[in-house]
Amino acid sequence: MNARHPDIACLAVAPAFEVERIRADFPILHIEVEGKPLVYLDNAASSQMPQSVIDRVVRYQTTEHANIHRAVYTLSERATAAFEEARVKLQRFINAPDEREVIFTSGTTDAINLVMHGYGRKFIKSGDEIILTTLEHHSNIVPWQMLAEETGAIIRVLPINDAGELCLEQFEPLFNARTKLVGVSHVSNALGSINPIKQMIAMAHERGVPVLVDGAQAPAHMPVDVQDLDCDFYTFSGHKLCGPTGIGVLYGKAELLEKMQAFKGGGDMILSVSFEKTVYNTIPHKFEAGTPPIAAAIALGAAVDYLQAIGMDAIARYEHTLLQYATAQLSALPGLRLIGTAHNKAAVLSFMLEGIHPHDVGTLLSQEGIAVRTGHHCAQPVMTRFKVPATTRASFAFYNSMAEVDALVAGIRSVQKVFA
Amino acid sequence: MADQKALYQEVILDHNKKPRNYGTLEDPSHHAEGHNPLCGDHLSVALHLHNETIDQIAFHGDSCAICKASASMMTAAVKGRTRAQAQALTQEFIAMTTGKLDQSQPNQIGRLAVFAGVRDLPTRVKCAILPWHTLQAAFNSKGTASTEV
Repeated sequence: MNARHPDIACLAVAPAFEVERIRADFPILHIEVEGKPLVYLDNAASSQMPQSVIDRVVRYQTTEHANIHRAVYTLSERATAAFEEARVKLQRFINAPDEREVIFTSGTTDAINLVMHGYGRKFIKSGDEIILTTLEHHSNIVPWQMLAEETGAIIRVLPINDAGELCLEQFEPLFNARTKLVGVSHVSNALGSINPIKQMIAMAHERGVPVLVDGAQAPAHMPVDVQDLDCDFYTFSGHKLCGPTGIGVLYGKAELLEKMQAFKGGGDMILSVSFEKTVYNTIPHKFEAGTPPIAAAIALGAAVDYLQAIGMDAIARYEHTLLQYATAQLSALPGLRLIGTAHNKAAVLSFMLEGIHPHDVGTLLSQEGIAVRTGHHCAQPVMTRFKVPATTRASFAFYNSMAEVDALVAGIRSVQKVFA
Repeated sequence: MADQKALYQEVILDHNKKPRNYGTLEDPSHHAEGHNPLCGDHLSVALHLHNETIDQIAFHGDSCAICKASASMMTAAVKGRTRAQAQALTQEFIAMTTGKLDQSQPNQIGRLAVFAGVRDLPTRVKCAILPWHTLQAAFNSKGTASTEV
């Protein structure tokens, strides 16, 4: 009804977010761990999968599986259609102008490495400069260091303030005539800071510099519109988006993808092969060598269907209320220090407990059925900036409840009691 | 099932809060640094061997409770013992924490048995054995030990 009358939907008051109804869609949220109900708060590492996505994998494997883009028989054509339909779903999910700009990768790391090999190795030379930020995950640092080591390019780093926000006023001075690329995360995995990427992209474009956005932590938590951002590359992973592992997406502007060199060579990425000369396929296939994870791509299509049925705006609003509640509750605990207090923040709480190592916190919370991440979160420069070896991190998703925040608070109190 | 509460029992919490032999030695004959790059933990172990007997030993560093208590109890256990005895105890401790200790044979584990529970926590085994690897590195004068060989 509302779909046919969007104007009426706009007038309606936003309905309450029915988290219990949503939780019913996720079988794993109803298991017990250590004899306690699972409280899953490690969504920044990987999210859980709703039944509709699980069912889609089963249906594909049960009745649709064949290799794609090759054979003329019905089953292969059906699998190819489902795979390409998933590409279109992902295109619409991030509002990419053209489905050819959506490349399936094995995940964010693979997507960033693709840009490093395909764009970096072709266009970034000795003495050229790449701007990264202190907030980056190792997957948006190490590939560029490998490139710098190979080519003699130089990496410059935009620092953060004590709240874990990028020092935007220091961004512009990092540019010079040799700047060839900016790599920045949309949302910090370690701290939850939401970076002002739209503004940064505009600033980089004024200087003719393309921008790669590491979007691993964003699309499951907020609407992402690559045309509005005007980013040149946007990378994300399926398994942080209620989809399976082993699948991810590189969005790239067609004109950039077309002039990039191929990354992996093999089947499907060629038009013709002879020992004299091989002609590469057009985008996106040029970057999809070999048989892709077909089932995973189709399941990711089902996952974004699921998320869009709930609505990314509704998810973002609900997760913000979770963040506000959790921040208030955790801040009230004596001996707890939040690491990362950005004004604009996703529902991630990294913290230290006075006198208690994060690994001890993680092990003891696990006994209460609570899954949190402890360690450096593959973001050691962030840990160094805050002078901590590791933190405990609770990261929320739209299927987490206020009651789970309370369970976390009770769990932290019990850890403090053990060490009292 | 892993019983983590049993792991965090009084004796481990006590050694974490009041570690024995915590500090440095003025003139060690052997010393080494230990690192767990996965969690950022590090500790250093220094000892003095006199006629193949450990007459002084000390450790210090930043680590979780399991690692610190293990280091504290290790130093207490090997002080006054020979290098060979300390190496044999290291083998037994590592075997116990990885679930490979032959219970039918006599051993020197004694109070160190409080760490047996880590065998059910694969991610925490490294915390418990880092001090012991560092002790071996000190004997071998390698200077450093890592949980990631």
